[in-house]
Amino acid sequence: MLPFFTRRFLSSIPVLFSVLVLCFLLVRIAPGSPFASERALDPATQSLLEKKYGLSGPLPTQVLRYTGNVMQGDLGESLKFRGRTVTEIIAQSLPRSLLLGSISFTLALGLGIPLGAWAAARNGHTTDTVLNTLALLTLSIPTFVLAPLSVLLFAFYLHVLPPAGWGSFNQLLLPSLCLAIPFIGSCARLTRSGLLQTLRSDFIRTARSKGVAESKLVLLHALRPAIIPLVAYAGPLAANILTGSLVVEEVFAIPGIGQFFVNGVMNRDVFLVSGAVLVYCLLLLFFNLVADWLTALLDPRIRLSS
Amino acid sequence: MKSRKSVIGLVLFALIVVAAVFGPMLSPHGVGELSVQRLAAPSADHWLGTDLHGRDLLTRLMYGARISLLVGFVGASISLVVGVAYGLVAGYFGGRLDNAMMRLVDILYALPRIVLVIVLISLFDLKLKHALDGTFLASLATHARLLLLFVGLGLVEWLTLARIVRAQVLSIKERPFVLSSRLIGQRTPTILFRQILPQILPIIVTYLTLALPAVILEESFLSFLGLGVQAPLASWGTLLADGASLLNPIATPWWLVVFPALTLTSTLLLLNLLGDQLKLDQGSR
Repeated sequence: MLPFFTRRFLSSIPVLFSVLVLCFLLVRIAPGSPFASERALDPATQSLLEKKYGLSGPLPTQVLRYTGNVMQGDLGESLKFRGRTVTEIIAQSLPRSLLLGSISFTLALGLGIPLGAWAAARNGHTTDTVLNTLALLTLSIPTFVLAPLSVLLFAFYLHVLPPAGWGSFNQLLLPSLCLAIPFIGSCARLTRSGLLQTLRSDFIRTARSKGVAESKLVLLHALRPAIIPLVAYAGPLAANILTGSLVVEEVFAIPGIGQFFVNGVMNRDVFLVSGAVLVYCLLLLFFNLVADWLTALLDPRIRLSS
Repeated sequence: MKSRKSVIGLVLFALIVVAAVFGPMLSPHGVGELSVQRLAAPSADHWLGTDLHGRDLLTRLMYGARISLLVGFVGASISLVVGVAYGLVAGYFGGRLDNAMMRLVDILYALPRIVLVIVLISLFDLKLKHALDGTFLASLATHARLLLLFVGLGLVEWLTLARIVRAQVLSIKERPFVLSSRLIGQRTPTILFRQILPQILPIIVTYLTLALPAVILEESFLSFLGLGVQAPLASWGTLLADGASLLNPIATPWWLVVFPALTLTSTLLLLNLLGDQLKLDQGSR
């Protein structure tokens, strides 16, 4: 167990490092300067600014300086939000995105698994067909379609929920639901196909012939092996929720990390972009690690290897 | 194409393509044609209403379809070529090469790829524009952003296919007909392309129908954020973003949100259903 975590942790360090370097280089090579504004900047000021932020000299030196700083826990200072460090911005915005994301994650699993199990139990009936089509429909409605439509309906026509903003429970409801809906569909589909496969296996037939009630059969016997593919999917799921959050934050004007990231890319805010990408990668690698570990917990036949 | 359902799906999709290609020519309104009827609700003259500048929404949707479908096709094809080639090589040669190649796929899976594509696309379209200017490809320079979208999205989607193809090749290469081709001395490229590739063709076609909506979706996602297709070009994503930006509590031009949303969603649903059906036809789930 412990060697597994250690190995995974060690092997993710070079990955994180190369992503960080790549990202920094991309933003620095790209045309456009983070210091550009409406007024033309005279070269002396420009070079002073570059010096101040550690962006002077040849690129390899800049990269070394930056990665050195990162290793000491210093993510640099934002170039557009002057006077605020990237760490500060992330510390403020990330919790909001994480709250939003974890509510959606819970909704996706909490609604998706029961719905999928229901569909599988009613396989071949109308319920199954309806649920399956609904699931495909949710998969085909992108978040950025759902979000403006729901604002239109709930905020402007029905006047029951606020259209945007951050802070109250009411303001949280619509964005987290919009973010969750496509993933409810994919979770339901995975649960359904997993269960259908399991329900055909020998040990279920044995249990059924012993006279175990059908509901008990599904919930107590079949569900555990059936949701293994779902757990393996939880890593990518978390990833998709994270990136889906970019749109939701945009539509509902939520000051999460996604907004700062998109802003940073537009402004060539090199430290902010690299910092945000680093956070995204860290989160993803962590989620994948947990998903692999859980998969092995659920299925003793799977061994934890590198 | 075994079942009637998949034929119906294909025909419906062909209709969308036809509308995208020929629709704008039949429309009485030009795509950039401005009129005094700004933000007009749907009427006999403008079937789906007009936008902020009085442009006909239906015409713009059909033009947008061209861009969305084009990005979808090219992006999916790029991911197809890369994924199939990668999977073939990894699966066929096996051993240490396979290990290394699949490890790379695992790593790429664990990265926020769309985030990296955002960085790539938005940072490099100017650079590419300058690079293309002055060469014989100068006419492409205005579409630099589009070219980057093709490549970027193609490179996001190939991982799944590489895994699927590799798994297939692993089992196919042990089958007698491959062994006998090797015995009679056929060269490796011949075996790969003439013996193994035809076997996995159905899976590739199915995957294409599933990759297409995925790429269209990602393009609209980027365009919605203002990082994809840029004016004067329009895609379903930018049209939707335009509509969403006009949402307000006083007088909402609902048609600018509802119709692009419907178009995009129904196309994606159609393609997903088609892909599902093709998978069923092949007897897998």
